[in-house]
Amino acid sequence: MSEFTYQGEAGRQRPDPASTDRAAWDAYVYDRLNPAGEHNELWQHSGGCRAHLVVTRNTLTHVISSVAFAREAGRAHSAGRRGKGARS
Amino acid sequence: MSPRRTADSGRIDRSRQIRFSFDGANYSGHPGDTLASALLASGVSLFGRSFKYHRPRGVMTAGIDEPNALVTVLKGDGREPNIPATMLEIYDGLTVVSQNRYPSLAFDVGAVNGLAGKLFSAGFYYKTFMGPVFGPLKGTRFWMFCEWFIRRAAGLGRAGYAADTARYERVNAFCDVLVVGAGPAGLMAARAAAEQGRRVILADLDTRLGGSANWSDETIDGMAATDWVASAIADLSGRDNVRLLPRTTVWGYYDNNTLAALERVTDHKAKPETGEPRHRSWTIRAGSVVLATGALERPLVFPGNDRPGVMLAAAAERYAVEFGVLAGERAVLFTNNDRAYRSAAALARAGARIATIVDVRDTVSAAARRLASECGAELLAGRAVVATDGRRQLSGIAVRAFDARSGTVSGDARNLAADCLLVSGGWSPALHLASQAGARPRWDSGLQAFLPPEPTQNWIAAGAVAGAYSTAEVLRQGLETGRMAAGSADEDDGGLPLAADDELDPNPAPVFEIRADGKAFVDHQHDVTADDVRLAYREGFVSVEHLKRYTTLGMATDQGKTSNVPGMAIMAAAVGKPIEEVGTTRFRPPFAPVSLGSLAAERHGHLKPERLTPMHDWHVANGATMFTAGLWFRPQIYGLPGETIEQAYVREAKAVRDGVGIVDVSTLGKIAVQGPDAAEFLDRVYTNMFSTLAVGKARYGLMLREDGFAYDDGTTWRLGETEFLMTTTTVNAGKVMQNLEYCLDVVWPDLKVHLTSVTDEWAGAALSGPKARQVLEACVTGTAVDDATLPFMGIVRGEIDGVPVTICRLSFSGELAYEVYCGAGHGTHVWETLMEAGELFGIVAYGLEALGTLRIEKGHVTGAEIDGRTTARDLHLDWMLSKKKPFIGSAMMDRDGMTGPGRLELVGVVSLDGRPLNGGAHIVESSNPAAPRDSIGHVTSVCYSPALRKYISLALVEDGKARLGTRAFVSDPVRKRFGPVELVSHHFFDPEGKRLHG
Repeated sequence: MSEFTYQGEAGRQRPDPASTDRAAWDAYVYDRLNPAGEHNELWQHSGGCRAHLVVTRNTLTHVISSVAFAREAGRAHSAGRRGKGARS
Repeated sequence: MSPRRTADSGRIDRSRQIRFSFDGANYSGHPGDTLASALLASGVSLFGRSFKYHRPRGVMTAGIDEPNALVTVLKGDGREPNIPATMLEIYDGLTVVSQNRYPSLAFDVGAVNGLAGKLFSAGFYYKTFMGPVFGPLKGTRFWMFCEWFIRRAAGLGRAGYAADTARYERVNAFCDVLVVGAGPAGLMAARAAAEQGRRVILADLDTRLGGSANWSDETIDGMAATDWVASAIADLSGRDNVRLLPRTTVWGYYDNNTLAALERVTDHKAKPETGEPRHRSWTIRAGSVVLATGALERPLVFPGNDRPGVMLAAAAERYAVEFGVLAGERAVLFTNNDRAYRSAAALARAGARIATIVDVRDTVSAAARRLASECGAELLAGRAVVATDGRRQLSGIAVRAFDARSGTVSGDARNLAADCLLVSGGWSPALHLASQAGARPRWDSGLQAFLPPEPTQNWIAAGAVAGAYSTAEVLRQGLETGRMAAGSADEDDGGLPLAADDELDPNPAPVFEIRADGKAFVDHQHDVTADDVRLAYREGFVSVEHLKRYTTLGMATDQGKTSNVPGMAIMAAAVGKPIEEVGTTRFRPPFAPVSLGSLAAERHGHLKPERLTPMHDWHVANGATMFTAGLWFRPQIYGLPGETIEQAYVREAKAVRDGVGIVDVSTLGKIAVQGPDAAEFLDRVYTNMFSTLAVGKARYGLMLREDGFAYDDGTTWRLGETEFLMTTTTVNAGKVMQNLEYCLDVVWPDLKVHLTSVTDEWAGAALSGPKARQVLEACVTGTAVDDATLPFMGIVRGEIDGVPVTICRLSFSGELAYEVYCGAGHGTHVWETLMEAGELFGIVAYGLEALGTLRIEKGHVTGAEIDGRTTARDLHLDWMLSKKKPFIGSAMMDRDGMTGPGRLELVGVVSLDGRPLNGGAHIVESSNPAAPRDSIGHVTSVCYSPALRKYISLALVEDGKARLGTRAFVSDPVRKRFGPVELVSHHFFDPEGKRLHG
């Protein structure tokens, strides 16, 4: 058992729940990046506090350049979106 | 004492004797001896037979690089093969046998392979057995005929069949600075880093820390090198921030400065102390790493270079100085470099006779000549050894004139008597770890060696591994790298011990091979000769990686420590390119063999935890046969004496339908979902509505995956406006929890919901059957349980014998049923109280088989049907798909292919021939058992139904809903079952659901 569990690619945009845009849903459910280089990943601290982390890892060197709590990163992101929505 | 023993010196304790056996004969040695040094001291020269040609082989090295002297250690019923005698410390009662010989080491029938040498050249097996078939003696079929003999004749030691009873441990360690190798450079670096206050780990594969200083005649800081080592170790072991790990091989360098090491804790002891493991597997995460792994001497390649008695020069020096053993009485040195003269001089001082020094170079430096005359040896410059003589022990050599520039031999051979030939072909830095850490090594044409690459991780090389061969330079590098690794900018030389500069030229002549008649071995362990390398080239294997795989050069257990560089040099010469253009292979972990036991450590046998419910002991005491469901142990049946499993579950299930039964449901996943957005959250993850659920009520819920397939089901109870208790299936509990956490952290970070896994906090018992309510009435206080107070899907709180309980009326069996939850610690007490109260009503405890039977009769699905390929519609759960709101999976569940004809849909199956059905059996339309044709589906869950008195099953069948009432056949050729069935509704029993309303 390892302390952290890989939970897939970070930063994927889930379509609006009510959306019927098939292509958008297909992309969300099935498409994944496979970069040679910087990759944003979700890791859950499953053997500890259970929080999800957004980890930027270079797939070539395995160097981790940043780590943030996914929940905070997600809130900041959606707050930004809301902000834009209010202006428009 | 043996005549081979020197009078004093060395690390051995001559006052004590250790007795051991080798191939059945008894020998003795001293504490501090390795098997190799003790046997050499006893005059043993023959240690084993070679891999392919069964040639006699002796000891070539004094350390981890040994390719020849591999032995099998017998301990109890176990046997551990391929242990280098040079690394095996002797202890009283050590029992060792040699390898790859039959019937005995001295007389080995396999040695005839040597006569057929041409046949067994590189690629022999492929060419003979994998080639096209020409006649009877070719091809794969011939291989299958010969394999047994070949496998027996070729190879190394044989592994044992007995289970390994030793204990192994794993340790995680963290440090600021890891120093690998405790020679002068490593000791210096460790001390420098420790002085900066850093946490330091110093690991060395040898028993004694100190490396080459243990057999050096130099003085460091005005004292003998060994004394300086002792004082350095005393200093380090007195520091709280330093951990010394002797007998610890750092064998892997992984990402993020994570290194793997193997500590051999008790291999050198007859019996481990209490609590000591055999090996300890270290995972070390280091801020920075100092690689002070030293260098390995390499042999020269010449005909007969594998005869017992041919030994690396520094190894012989080490045996003489460190172990007090002379490898021979009349020795000859054969070298291409100055450094080896020092080995000869050390041997001479220890009492060996150095008769002759053969040097491939025609001019030899004054410093080297001085050492030669110090030994009293005749110096033959511009000569080379072209042959060796002797059977199981070297008796003589032949020397001819040699031109180092052209590599050609000429003139007449001169024969010299010798029982020991010291060979030195220069040194190869042990850059394995640096190579593992990434990047390619670079070739140094002066040192004729690959040096470590530019670091791609946080490591620094110090000492011989970095090409520094003089002790003064090594110490200086150690100090500097230790400070650098510690992050110190200190540059003063205050801590640098004094050592004389080396006047010997470190650069060898670029000579790797002496070409003359006879087998000249490059890789001794895999019996790869110089001719094999050239043959590989002629056959088109020009890349080093191909060469390696075709000839297996460097692929034996020693990983080519002595053979890689000579092999590449010979390849480069054949290709006609400089060695740096031919390149080197990348080293891979492990640096040295690692015991599988240490990698598994405590993770063997039961690899997973066993989860027991609070009532486990009661089940076992009351005759339950336990069964695993995921990690959980659950009662399968409570069998009576003489009952079969089927008789037991049929009796239990019938008791439920006729009266009342009780089953342990503590294993269901339980998740507390709390917070202002809890109801909204559940609406999003379940296909049906939960925000409309009244407080004090429960609802059955279904979850889909994002891709629209059915995922998990269970009931969720609304305990308060903002508080729910979700139950999941036993097996999916962990996954569902993780998925919900993902949703809250990643998908909907704005929702204010908190999840807590409370599976282990609550014990659960389900009470089912027409008399279930009567049992509750007999023991529950503090609440009524009548239909008005506790309707279907209602929740009440009360007490059972003083224990607070929560009771929810829900049913998996189709009967009037209740789930009773209490704190886990009270589980057995509440269970026993329910049993007591139920006695009057004939209560029966039932297990998983009966539970399964009851739910199959009702057509309820579990993991066998929610198998990741079925949709809610396939399972007749369309009614749960809310149209009022989106939910996870709602956008994808009706894609092409997930609806419409051709889907496998849930149906009931009734056996028409009165015989049992098997899970996994196919459903076919053809009545011919010999030609069953296409499958139209498969059986998922089976049982004998006491309610229907028939063998029934659930099945997933193509367009099943349209086939109800039709006949088909089950086909199960593997279990030889074929028979007619009827496809019916999955609601076998009480389809109107009258019974659960009591």
